Parts: sequence; C-alpha cells; structure tokens
Amino acid sequence: MNASPVRPSPDALLKAAKREARGRLKIILGAAPGVGKTYEMLREGADLLRQGKDVVIGIVETHGRADTQALTAPFEALPRKLIEHGGHKLSEFDIDGMLERRPQIALVDEFAHTNAPGSRHPKRWQDVEELRDAGIDVVTTLNIQHLESLNDVVAGFTRVRVRETLPDALLDDADIEVVDLPPDELIERLKDGKVYIPEEATRALSHFFSKANLSALRELALRRAAQTVDQQMLDHVRLVGEPGNWAAGERIVVAIGDQPGGEFLVRAAKRLADSMHAPWTALTVETPRSAHLSAAAQERIAAALKLAGSLGATLTTVSAPTVIDGLRGHVAEARATAVVIGKSRRGWWFELRHGSIVDQLVRGNEGIAIHVMPLPVHSEKEAGGATLLNTRGVIAGLAMIAATTALGVLVNPYLGINAIDLLYLIPVVATGTLYGMRASLIASLTGALAYNFFFLPPIHTFTITNPENVVTFAILAGVGLVAAQLAGRLRREANVGARTSIENAALAAFGQRLAAISDEKGTASVTCAEIASVLDVRTVLLLHKDGRPTAVGGAPDTPQLGPIDMTAAEWAFDRNEPAGRDTATLTASDWQFHPLATSLGVLAVLGISHDERGDPLPAGKSVLFATLLGQAALAHERLKLEGEAREMAVLKQRDDLRATLVSSLGHDLKTPLTSVLAAADVVANENPASAAVATLKAETQRLARLFDDLVEMTRIESGALAIRPEPIDLTDAVASAVHGLAAALARHPVKLDVPVSLPLVIADPRMLHHMLINLLDNAAKFSPQNAQITLSARREPQRLILSVIDEGLGLPGGSAGDLFQKFARGQGSDGAGGTGLGLAIVKGFADAMGLVVRALDRDDGPGSRFEIEWPEAMIRSLKAEVEP
Amino acid sequence: MTSPAILIVDDESAIRRLVRGALDRSGYACAEAGSAGEALAMAGRPGCQLVLLDLGLPDRDGIDLIPLIKAMDRAVLVLTARDASAEKVAALDLGADDYVTKPFDTDELLARVRVAMRHRTGTTTDGKLRAGPVEIDTGAHRVARNGAAVHLTPKEFSLLLELVRHAGKVLTHRHLLQTVWGEAHLGDIEYLRVTMRGLRQKIESDPGRPTLLINEPGIGYRFGA
Repeated sequence: MNASPVRPSPDALLKAAKREARGRLKIILGAAPGVGKTYEMLREGADLLRQGKDVVIGIVETHGRADTQALTAPFEALPRKLIEHGGHKLSEFDIDGMLERRPQIALVDEFAHTNAPGSRHPKRWQDVEELRDAGIDVVTTLNIQHLESLNDVVAGFTRVRVRETLPDALLDDADIEVVDLPPDELIERLKDGKVYIPEEATRALSHFFSKANLSALRELALRRAAQTVDQQMLDHVRLVGEPGNWAAGERIVVAIGDQPGGEFLVRAAKRLADSMHAPWTALTVETPRSAHLSAAAQERIAAALKLAGSLGATLTTVSAPTVIDGLRGHVAEARATAVVIGKSRRGWWFELRHGSIVDQLVRGNEGIAIHVMPLPVHSEKEAGGATLLNTRGVIAGLAMIAATTALGVLVNPYLGINAIDLLYLIPVVATGTLYGMRASLIASLTGALAYNFFFLPPIHTFTITNPENVVTFAILAGVGLVAAQLAGRLRREANVGARTSIENAALAAFGQRLAAISDEKGTASVTCAEIASVLDVRTVLLLHKDGRPTAVGGAPDTPQLGPIDMTAAEWAFDRNEPAGRDTATLTASDWQFHPLATSLGVLAVLGISHDERGDPLPAGKSVLFATLLGQAALAHERLKLEGEAREMAVLKQRDDLRATLVSSLGHDLKTPLTSVLAAADVVANENPASAAVATLKAETQRLARLFDDLVEMTRIESGALAIRPEPIDLTDAVASAVHGLAAALARHPVKLDVPVSLPLVIADPRMLHHMLINLLDNAAKFSPQNAQITLSARREPQRLILSVIDEGLGLPGGSAGDLFQKFARGQGSDGAGGTGLGLAIVKGFADAMGLVVRALDRDDGPGSRFEIEWPEAMIRSLKAEVEP
Repeated sequence: MTSPAILIVDDESAIRRLVRGALDRSGYACAEAGSAGEALAMAGRPGCQLVLLDLGLPDRDGIDLIPLIKAMDRAVLVLTARDASAEKVAALDLGADDYVTKPFDTDELLARVRVAMRHRTGTTTDGKLRAGPVEIDTGAHRVARNGAAVHLTPKEFSLLLELVRHAGKVLTHRHLLQTVWGEAHLGDIEYLRVTMRGLRQKIESDPGRPTLLINEPGIGYRFGA
C-alpha cells in the first residue's frame, strides 16, 4: 500500500472548477413517453419555487393534458418565439428571452428536441448548454432512446428509430432522476389516453409500447442512470483522493488459443478480474482449423482451461467458422466489457492467411477494453494429418483422371476438344471434395497434363502451341483449387459443428444428471459411465477414504488396481497433476489418473485407460475431457459442502439435545441435594458434635459444584454459553471467590496481592467467578495442608495477569497443556478427588471470553502457577472523574 | 389467632417440610403452598409478611408471581438454582427482596429470612442508621466507623447509605446506579466499581477481604450485617 497521501488528480479538479461556475443541469430521465417526466419536472420546479428560488418556464409541452397544464400555473412562463418556415408558423423556445430574463432556474422540456430551421441552434440541448454557460441552472426531460449510444440498441428491438439524438457526454455532469413507471401501468395509461402520441405516429408506436419493449427500455434507463452515478462517484473519488472501488457491471473474457502461454493469459485475466471484482469467462473457439491441431496444442488448451476453472472462471466453448467470429459473438452475447487476448509473433504469411485476431477485434468492438498480452514466438513444428499427403486420395484422383481421359478419347470424335477440358473438372472437383486440397491439386495437374498430352495438338506431346490452351490449363488448375478449398472447408465445418453440438448436448445432460444426485456412489457411477462412453475408455473414480485413495466406482465395472496404479492415483491426489500412463510420472501404470481439483482441494481422482491406445485420451478430446472433469469436480465439491452442512446440522442437534438433557438433569438433581443438605442441617442441629454430619454437608456441597461443572462443560461444548461481559474490579472478584470457597480453603492460608490501583477488566462476572473458584479449588486440592495459596494480579505492558500460585507438587514435565483437557488430572497429594472437569471449564470459559490461561511450574520453588491473562483490548483504564 | 408470617412456596414437599422445620425452630409460624395458584391465594391472607418463593413451579413461572405478591405488600425471598444469575437479577429487578441459591445452607437461609423480616418490621429512625461498625448520621451526612469519623465523597456517602438502609439485602447494579447516579447512568457500571473500591478502602478493616461491602458476582452488592 502506498503510504503517501493520495492527491486529487488535476484533471478532476479542473472538471470540478468548471462545473462550479456553470449552471447545473438536472435531467428527468424516462424510459418512454408517458411515464410522467414533464409532470415530475414541474413538481420539482414547484419545490424550488417554495424554497424561494427564481424559477421560469422556458418551454413545457403539456400536450393538452389538463393536470400538467394546471401544474404550470404558479410559474412565470417565457413567451415562445414564433418562427416562420415554409408557410408554417412554429413556436420554439426563446433562448434570447431567457438569457435576458436570467432566472436562477429554467425549466426546459424535451432535451433532445430539434429546433425549427432558422433557430440559433439546431438542437435544444445546445440552447441548454448556452443557458448553463450563462450560469443558469436547467431542469429538463429526456427519453432514454434519444441517447446517441443507445439509439441503435433501442432501434434494434423496438424497430422505431428516433432521429433526435444527443451526445452521451451531456449526462456526465448532470444530476439524473429517473421517473420509473412499471410497464403495465404505462400500458394502462396509454389505453386510458393519458399518453400523448402524435397522430401520424400512432401505428408505429403501437408496436413500441409492447410490454417487452417497455421493460427493456426501463432497464436501459435505470442502468444508464446508475452508470452515470457510478462515473460521477469515481470523479468525486478522484477529486477527494480517496482510493476505492466503485466498478459495476464489468465482465471479462479471456480468449484461450492453441498457442503456448495460455496459462499466462489466464493468470492475467484472473488478476484483472480480481482488481475489478468482476466475473470472468475462459473462452475457446472451435474452428475448422481446430480439428487439425496437434496433440500438444490440444494439451495446451486443456491445461489453460483447467487452470482457469480452478481459479474460478466459467468455462465456455463456442464453435464458429473463425476465431474472430466466435470471439465477437461471445463478447456480444455475454456483454463482456474487457477481453484478454494473447498476441504471438507469428509470421506475416500466417497473419495474411488467417488475419490478425487482435486487429480485427480492435476494429470491430468499440467500447470494449482489449488487453493484449505478448506471447512467445510460436516455433513448434506442428505435425498434423493435414500436412501429410493423403495417398488414398491421390490414387483415387489419378484413377478418376485416367477414367476421364478414357472417356474423353471415346467422345472426342463427336464433341471436339473444347468440351473435353470441361470433363476434367469432374474428377478435380470430386477429388477436392472427397480427399482435400492437396489430392485435388495433384489431380488437376495430372488432368491438365493428360488433356495436353492426349487431346491438345500436337497430340501425344506435352508441347503447347496454341496460347488459348495455356489458359485452359490454368483455368483447370484454378477451378480445381477453389473447389477443393471450398469443399474441404465445408466438410470440416460440418464435422466440427456436428461434434460440438453432440458434445454440448452430452455435457448439458451430464451436468443435469450430476445435479440430481446427492451421494458419492451415484456421482461416481454417473461420472465414470459418462466419461467412459464419451471418450471410449475404461474409467475408475477414487476418493480419499481412511487416508488413502479408494476406488468407489468405474465403468464398465470397478476395476482392481495394482500397486503401481494406486501409487499413481495417490500422486495425482497429492500433487494435483495427472499421473500414470503417458504422463510425466509413473508411466508404468495401465491407467492415467486425473485429479478433480476444486477450491476445497483435490476431492477425487479419475482414472482412464484403453487397451490399445498408448495415451488413453483420444486425440482431439482433451478440451472436452477437461470440461467433463471440471463438471465432475464441481459435483464433488457440491457433494462435500452438502455433506459438511448435514454433518454440522446433526452434530448441532445432538449437542443441543445433550445440553438440554444435562441442564435439566442438573436441575433435577439439585432438588434432592437441597433436601439432603437441609436434612443434614437438621441432624447437625440435633448432634452438633458429629463429624459425620460435617462430612455429609461438605460432600453434598461438592456434589452440587460437580453438577454445576457438568452443566457448564456441556454448555461450553455445545457452544451454548451466553456471555455477558462487563467491567469488573478484580479486588471484588477475588474477594468473592475466596469468600465463596471459604470452607475448602480452611486448611490453607490465602495471601492476596491485588493492588488497589489496578484498572478494571472486561469479563463475564459469573464465568470469572467460576474460573477462580475452580482454580482455587484445584490449588487447595493439590497442596499439602497449611501450604500457602497466593492470588496475585499485576499490570504489564499490553496485558494484565491474575495468578493463582500454590506450593504443591508442581506440574509433572510436559503436562501443562494437557491439564486443561477434559478429564485430565494431576496426581493429587492424597489422592484428592476431582473429575478433572474443573480446569477444562477454566479453559473453556477463558476461550469463550477471549482470555488466555496458562499452567506453569513455579520457578521460585515447588508448586505451580495458573495464570489468566487479559489482553490490552479488554482492560479498562479508570476514568479520572467518576463522580459526574 | 395469628396467621402464619411466612409462606413457603415449593413444589417439593420434602424441601417444604425441612425448611418449615428450620423456621419453626427459629420461632417463625409458617404455611406451605405447592403451586402458584395456592401461593397467590395464601399470600393474600392477613398476617403473611414473607413469601419464600421457588421459581420452578409446575403451574406458572415463579418470576410472574413476584410483582403480584409485591402488590400485596409482602416481602419475597426467591429460592433459585445456582447458575442462573440473569434469573436472579430479573427477580430482584421485579421487586424480590433477596435470593437464596439452591442447594442452600440452612444457616444462610435463616440469616436471609431474618434480614427480610427485620426489614419488614422497620428500623428505628432517630436520624441515625447503625449497621455493624458503621454509623450514619443521615441528617448531618456524617459517617463513623467504630466511633471514628470517616470522610466520604458525596457519591460514596449515597452508595453507603443505600446499602446500609437495606443492610443484609442484595441490591442490583441497576438499582444502585439508578439510586446514586440517576437514570442516565444505568450502563455506567465502572462508576459503581470505582466508587465501591474507594468506599471499601475507607470502611473495611481489611479491604482485600471485605466483610461489609460484599460483591455478588454478576448481580450486585450487599451490606453484610
């Protein structure tokens, strides 16, 4: 954190200074005509009038509504200016009149209005700006669709385009008030004829006032108002120099490509998302080219997606003809506000053919922040099927050329050679369509040569005499190429489209099935079955049980895993990385194990294997697999959270029950104890000298204390302690404890060393009393007769310590901490009894109140020292003046 | 015929019988009630001065009876479980005169009963209050301990006076704050703690082991008579 004070930015100060001098602008913003903007403006003006402000109506369109007209009564209204235009007389707002009148506040209706030709400014908002420049405050009205930036959006769904627009920047320093009316009410008002609509626009507007449109407009208005407030707050924050975060509505998309460095992009996006408190999505686009990506490239995509998933991103795959189409489509659909994308330094040839995605993105997406991260040079040589010649295709192409040539020879006498060159198009296009570009190129070349050799004079030579024939040759080659390219793309697009739609359906179904299951076994079997069928592999799912991975499900059945397999599975669990077959670790295993990573850690491991393939993961399926794994991991996370919640509920219930039981038991047992004690007193009265009666009384008292301890312990454990802290004088507390335990302390001299000058401490008085009683009782129990017990309190820097010191046996080495465990007991001097509950209660109460307790061996002689420590925050220094 | 002065209310007949035995021996005439309904009926009889009230009654919460019995101008001594300090404070704030924690020592119970009864019969007012070694001249605002004059601040004097007036009876923090500092300071328990500490230094012979100004943790203070 920067320690120097944050200074207001000069820009913001300048902006504010400008704003102070100018008239202020208040915009009454509405979603549609008829919501009551003019009415609201007049009401607002009336308020200002009442405050003694000088308010003048510049122009108000009442559209003949009586209630609105009535509202204008209290105001002084500026006469309108009449302007002649094309034989019509138009009345307009009189800017000069207003500047001359110079009121404090002017009411100017319909901010977006276009002035009649011949007015000073073409637009009314320019009039308003002039008024403000002259220091006049203006209240005006505006419908949301008149905003320039929203004009297209509104036209898009309402099919009504308004020509009167105004710049968005006008809203930036305006106070905005939204007049909000639910769509149903507005439609009702429309039906009642309360909304003014120009005669000629009735038909167009009937569509405009549909509920769906009004809802959308209303949302736009509210959102725009919120956005302006947001921006103004940011300005304000910059002005006063307070750091803060007021971002709203940000959405980030990170585009994951096949290039190396995807994980770097994911991390950058995560940082951005964190700083903006925004949700983020990791996007991959499946294009026809994706089918030819190398295994390494697929791996890279899957790894980046996995990382994104574990960092909290939503994972999305879209299929589109090109990366840029997919990216644009998603950005628009998800209303993303920022895109994170990598740019590698590829060759100019690659960019020329595929286009620079970054450049296209920048061109096509105004208003979206694009974060471009430089990536390392993409040097890896791709080894894909497309680069190899398809031998079968070449042979088939050549065979077709041969057949065509034979056919040509047969028909040549009847048609002439000019028709035969067209015949060659058939094998060329067929090869291109069926076997791809390279095969078709060879076919077209061979075809051209064959045509030349067999049909072009001089026949049976490759010589070309007629220049016309050169053209024929070239055309044949060109058509072949284009046809092949088109056919090839068509085929690949069909493949990709078909596959991703099947896969998407599978994914959706998988997600739904998982959501419906709420037990481990079911989740395991669904996960295994789904992944087995989608990837054509055998699967096994392992969970951690009793500290080691255990197979809980598999498809087609739960397999027996060997020791190597188990080690690999454990590795995947512990390291959160794949292990086993065709990974970096423990490749001797028949299985490849993948961790199901979640925010709670690795909750399960999925193993896949295939009898024939070296890498059980089929080529081209790693992205799909990563998505499936992600879903399975989410399901396990949900399962675990649900389980924990259930367990907590059960435990809580059990604890509550126990607390109630013990509490009522303690209460019930007190009743007979009361009788026993009273009866003992009766006997003592009759036999004053009886030692037995004294014992009876003492033991009954102790029994009562034990019950209290039992009840308190149960309360501590069930969290049912009600703490009522208050300032306490330790001299008070110590005196009551010593007094309360007078009988038990009879055999020991008690030394009190609690200075009168001590500050008060914060504690629950009843709990502190109980703690002191238990500590004193403990000291008495473990001290020889006549051994002194000292109660001492001292103030230290940042803390206050109260000690109970005895001259007993001290603590056997190492038992200091254990002493406070429930049922732990030191060895008593005379086998003195105790349940061991006493010290556990001391500890429990101290924890509950935020105090520290310690048991120490005395360093100045035999015996032990128990300390209660108050931290500074729980010490109240004495008020100097307590007698107000 | 004199009707019994003390009414013992408890749903346990064994306890009623034992308490009654102890009180009888000390010369108090007693009556017994086993339920709230019975208790209300019997407390209203003439001659009844003190009600020993167990709060755990079968037909009604004993707490509810306190204001009703106080309205009949009877003293109330509450019998309650040890761990319920909030319940004790509530009972005292509702007007109960004192409490005894179960299981109780018979001597302690008798001491409390004596205090409550004495209070009922009233102290003589010659303008001076005496409690143990302490003598307060209310008119002259003077305090003496064992005959020697003690100088107190005004708040210390008010606090001591309130405690001695109800000697032997526990007074809640709230009651003391309200009487000595006023309604505005009900939450300022520090005032009470600090003033009490000063008072103890001046009144007690061994302030570390007080015998006169007794702290009742979480409830209040009592002047040990």
